[in-house]
Amino acid sequence: MNTIFTRGPSITIRLVIALVLSVVLIVADHRFDAFSSSKVYLNSLVTPLQYLASLPEQMLSASASRLASHQRLLHENRELVKQATLMNEKLQRYTILQQENNRLRKLLGSPVRQDMQKMIAELMAVDNNPFSHQIVIDKGAIHGVYEGQSVLDSKGIAGQILDVGTATSRVLLIADLTHAIPVRIERNDVRIIATGAGRLDELLLEHVPHSADVQEGDVLISSGLGNVFPEGYPVAKITSIVRDEGRPFAQVRAEPMAQLDRLKYLLLLWPENAPKQPVFAEEG
Amino acid sequence: MNFRNYAIALSIIAALVLQIMPMPASVDPFRPDWVFLVLAYWTLALPNRVNVGVAFINGLLLDILLGTALGVHSFAMCSCIFVLAANYQRLRNYSVWQQSVIVGLLAALYHLIVFWLQYLLTDVNFLFSYLWPVFTSMALWPWIFSLLRKVRRQLRIT
Repeated sequence: MNTIFTRGPSITIRLVIALVLSVVLIVADHRFDAFSSSKVYLNSLVTPLQYLASLPEQMLSASASRLASHQRLLHENRELVKQATLMNEKLQRYTILQQENNRLRKLLGSPVRQDMQKMIAELMAVDNNPFSHQIVIDKGAIHGVYEGQSVLDSKGIAGQILDVGTATSRVLLIADLTHAIPVRIERNDVRIIATGAGRLDELLLEHVPHSADVQEGDVLISSGLGNVFPEGYPVAKITSIVRDEGRPFAQVRAEPMAQLDRLKYLLLLWPENAPKQPVFAEEG
Repeated sequence: MNFRNYAIALSIIAALVLQIMPMPASVDPFRPDWVFLVLAYWTLALPNRVNVGVAFINGLLLDILLGTALGVHSFAMCSCIFVLAANYQRLRNYSVWQQSVIVGLLAALYHLIVFWLQYLLTDVNFLFSYLWPVFTSMALWPWIFSLLRKVRRQLRIT
């Protein structure tokens, strides 16, 4: 070991170079979004680490599913069959309603709504970064995932794609502090913007006038404005309204419909005008 | 293929994996700063091989893995590792417990720098729970220290 005659610049100069580089990177990344194209490669670079990190959890859940008791499986199966029957019944009515809706829309001259293509994704990792709420899913550029794509869980909208890697991608949840989603109240079509509060179980509705017709328990659905999220998916339910006349706006809080703290399977949506088309893996 | 040449890199990769491994929500706030601890050991032991440059690269990797703006973790990691690299001769003579206090202080600095940078970028609020990793890192330092020293002596890494 030779620490007296070191090679290269001294450690102080190295620190200064590294700090200046960091600041340049922060500014370039955050203010100017300079790495949006190279982020795919950067994310692919660390994908092996992510797979490695999710390995123990996968092994645990695999062994857990192997050890599941016969009794429980039977019970679960019964429940699922019951659920499928109920949903099938709803679906029968839905197809009729959809046909009727399409006919009416044709009569009105508005464009008929198209079905969206969907793909199931599985949760791979949850970030332990306390300042933001992001998750990693196991679908990426090779599956046709694109930046800004909507991600749903079984109850409602969960978030949108932030970065795409080759085989994984990062989802920004709607509860993140930097996220906002345009919504409308299902009951009376009042338009509101719901921003994340930085907590998984809360959204804040901003700039709601005191006179606006909002009530506790109102369901908020995505309004489709802004062309990021498709229209008509449930987003949140209003939990509390504080009308303090001393403040310019009413303080309205809502609870996300999606169970953001227990996501497991997610749904990716490809609307009609998506920049990419989904690539489905060959089964078997 | 000589295992000796890759021991440092392998230990850092293991630390990166531990840093992002999914944990139950009740344990997650207490996750120690694995990458910082491992880098701190190698900086104290072999400051000619691991110092600010390696810290910078690992900070960038952490930024990509954790989804923060590029440069946030590298800024914090470089600053903390610099303190260790500049004072390694003095710190080596401390007992392990004194070292763990120093490491704890630097871990606190690390988290505060990350918080300040995040605060400049988005308005996040400070919660005391952000500093739990400082205590777990302090508690873990003696074990990391003895484990990695054993690795270093066994493999004669210089």
